[in-house]
Amino acid sequence: MVVALYLLDRPLEGGVWVACDCKARAGLGKRFGSPARALRHEVPLDAPFTGRSLRYNWSIMAYKLTVNGRPATVDADADTPLLWVLRDIMHLFGTKYGCGIGSCGACTVHVNGEAIRSCQMTIADTAGKKVVTIEGLSPDGKHPLQVAWQEVDVPQCGYCQAGQILSAAALLAKKPRPTDADIDDALSGNLCRCGTHMSIRKAVHRAASMTPLPVIKPTAKTTAKPTTKPKTGGKK
Amino acid sequence: MNRRDFFKATALIGGGFALGLYSDSETPAQAQTPRPAGLEPSAFIKIAADGSVTLINRAPEIGQGMRTTLPMLIAEELDIDWKSVRVEQADVDPRYGGQFTGGSGGTPSAWEPLRRVGAAARMMLVAAAAQEWGAALSDCHTASGEVIHSATNRKLAYGQLAAKALAMPVPDPATIKLKDPASYKIIGKATGGVDVPSIVTGKPIFGMDVNLPGMLYAAFHKTPVLGGKVVSANTEAVAKLPGVKKVLVVPGNPQIGLESGVVIVAQTWWQAQTARKKLEVVWDEGKWAGYNTSDQAKKAAELLGQAPASTIGKVGDPEAELAKAAKVIEARYEYPLIAHAPLEPQNCTACFKDGKLELWSTSQIPSPGISGAARAVGVAPGDVTMHLLRAGGGFGRRIYNDMVVDAAWVAKELAGTPVKLLWSREDDFAHDFYRPGGWHHFKIGLDASGKTIALHDHFVGYGESGRFVDSGGVGPGEFPCRTIPNYALGHSMVPLAVRTGALRAPGSNTHAFIFQCLTDELAHAAGKDPVAFRLEQLAALEALPANQRGMDIERMRMVLNLVAERSGWGKKTLPKGTGMGVAFYFSHRGYFAEVAQIKVSAKKEIKVEKVWVVGDVGHTIVNPSGAEGQVCGSVIDGMSQLMAQEITLAKGRVVQENYSEHPMVRLNQAPREIDIHFHKSNNPPTGLGEPALPPILPAIANAIFSATGERVRTLPLAKLGYSWG
Repeated sequence: MVVALYLLDRPLEGGVWVACDCKARAGLGKRFGSPARALRHEVPLDAPFTGRSLRYNWSIMAYKLTVNGRPATVDADADTPLLWVLRDIMHLFGTKYGCGIGSCGACTVHVNGEAIRSCQMTIADTAGKKVVTIEGLSPDGKHPLQVAWQEVDVPQCGYCQAGQILSAAALLAKKPRPTDADIDDALSGNLCRCGTHMSIRKAVHRAASMTPLPVIKPTAKTTAKPTTKPKTGGKK
Repeated sequence: MNRRDFFKATALIGGGFALGLYSDSETPAQAQTPRPAGLEPSAFIKIAADGSVTLINRAPEIGQGMRTTLPMLIAEELDIDWKSVRVEQADVDPRYGGQFTGGSGGTPSAWEPLRRVGAAARMMLVAAAAQEWGAALSDCHTASGEVIHSATNRKLAYGQLAAKALAMPVPDPATIKLKDPASYKIIGKATGGVDVPSIVTGKPIFGMDVNLPGMLYAAFHKTPVLGGKVVSANTEAVAKLPGVKKVLVVPGNPQIGLESGVVIVAQTWWQAQTARKKLEVVWDEGKWAGYNTSDQAKKAAELLGQAPASTIGKVGDPEAELAKAAKVIEARYEYPLIAHAPLEPQNCTACFKDGKLELWSTSQIPSPGISGAARAVGVAPGDVTMHLLRAGGGFGRRIYNDMVVDAAWVAKELAGTPVKLLWSREDDFAHDFYRPGGWHHFKIGLDASGKTIALHDHFVGYGESGRFVDSGGVGPGEFPCRTIPNYALGHSMVPLAVRTGALRAPGSNTHAFIFQCLTDELAHAAGKDPVAFRLEQLAALEALPANQRGMDIERMRMVLNLVAERSGWGKKTLPKGTGMGVAFYFSHRGYFAEVAQIKVSAKKEIKVEKVWVVGDVGHTIVNPSGAEGQVCGSVIDGMSQLMAQEITLAKGRVVQENYSEHPMVRLNQAPREIDIHFHKSNNPPTGLGEPALPPILPAIANAIFSATGERVRTLPLAKLGYSWG
């Protein structure tokens, strides 16, 4: 089990404390000159997340949650939306801010397997739960949706696509062979300003066709049954 | 000054070489001067000794695929495999020539020069190999990043030749021979966007993802009324709130587009936004404090009933002909202000240190951002560096660099510390450069046979002192006006209390709706089929002198005929409540004709069943995948404008705050199918960011008439009780 580490540095002016994961800090570009370098910092996948403490303040709590399979401890005000914890504290920038009112879906992540709008869920409500963001959807970026999105060349500007993919992933987890109507229902909460709608439908079907249908395995208590296909077949 | 293009080769550390294309006012002497450390020469190609090829993209990427399309042009003529290409984004530098993405100009402005860059590098590599082998140039050819000696099949990879190629004579751009299109391996092949792997895995590639050590975040609470000023604010109280580092009153400077307001700088953006809720500002709201768009609509309605303030483009005697017409139809059309609202809210990261300003921006047209930012901090433009980040959509909003100027101003106040300025969605809706609205009153005079003999158009638009606001006017050349023997366009104006600007297909996105619906009205008045009537009007236009036609008639006729054929126009029996509508439009050098088949329920719910699009943007579609994406996106964007988008002002303030009040088409509202066909005419390739959008609005509006008999003349349609089914 990995334990989240805190390294409380020196207090800065005004009673501000900064906690920082050394590995993450070491990976940050030393110079400002190259955005690519500054952006390309990557924390090793097995390293624990460690939130940056925002202010030495009694109202701030340490919240424990699991993000992309790794335990994380975050110091933030209770009402800080998960979106801003992910982006500005954990530096997981794949989750996007679009509207802040749960209307556009750009901030969609999975919390305990459900697609939710992270701008509408506070860190306090996320405590103890399992969060999956686009960075953690698959270990190698090869989730069928990620592959299909590339094959269909879905994105235009690309800003909404992480949210689209996570909404689609939650759908496929429940309905491996969705119909057009299923896809429309599941993804209509995600806006795409560029109008990639047609490609999104196509890519979800393509991803579905790549995924083997789950086989219901006999459990210890039941006698063996023939493999059953779920009744969610749709056109490809 | 004559345009002058020339190449310059430069050595790369490690034995590679870079080739730059210089153009316009730059002279060879200037090109020789040493460049600032860390900045490559304006090179488009870098071939390293290990054979890796990096192509530099000069244009900002706002979702139109420039980071893929432009390097494809270079790679094709360089003769390398696309999969071996890495694309690097250029910083803003005048030496790249036109660095912009807008006006559907990316492809046409790059088509010739970037292919020549690739071809020149290939020629130098061939020359290097020929010298190595003691062979004639004509005995060598290239394939997949190698030079091959044709007779002996000896091969040298580009990487092996890179150092030597540097010493070869640089070809004169004017004499370069380009490939025969029949041998294209990259151009014309559907090619996935180079950033798609990063997008689907959530890599931080957007402007909003910039993250610098020690960076602070800024929220900017701007005047809610244009030109308003901060009188006082509780800055001291707000400065004590959690995470807040600094609270700054911005006096505002209209000359550089800096609005007055209060900036809150905090350790996280959420803290800045949270502190903002406690901000109390006393404003001097200025002259627009009592402004309401509803008042202007009333005033426009009055003006439409009067004689226009001015008349232009008069042909014949429309008044006299209207007076003696067998029948006069009067039709009032109107369209609203709308917002761009790209999904990534406006942002810019800036750091001002030791008299130098560094910016990380998503600008569509970056160079005015540099000059504006330089003025905001009081340095020379040469002291400003701008990095270009991928933008989460542009649609014209990022032509304007107000967020860059904002960030620069804040950075100066926090000298030494990088600051990311981020607007909230509400800020973005409140401080746009909106697409302006307008009103038309048409008087259509028909003879006894139903033929239009006179047309009078009184247009009321937003403007003052005889000048329409940016993108807010209309000229007399819109089809089919010139085909009508007696015609006049009158102008009147009402004032507007917001800034306006270009929005995807500016002008065209409203003119197409007005004039292609009007064309439909004239066709029905004459008892003619809308496609047949348009063909007749095109023929009438063709009879006019070329400079009055406003388009290439043959190209338009072709796309219209093709879309009629593909959609089965006039050959289908449609069920009750289902209808087809047609429209065409020429804009941004592109010819598009579109047909929509829709179903309208008794509750006015519209389902778009299928859309057929035929476009002519020249002889080559550089990237068919990107091209189809642009067309689908244009259709859906146009549908969003058609149904429910409208910006209104009350007491000088923009009323709509978020997407819920200015909706876009959602997935369940999108057409079930969009059929796209590109007609390859013998013309150089042109852009696709815009021209497919304008016809979809009138095509659907005309389909509503066909399905229901109701002529819709008001945008958005939601005002008439329509919704998506």
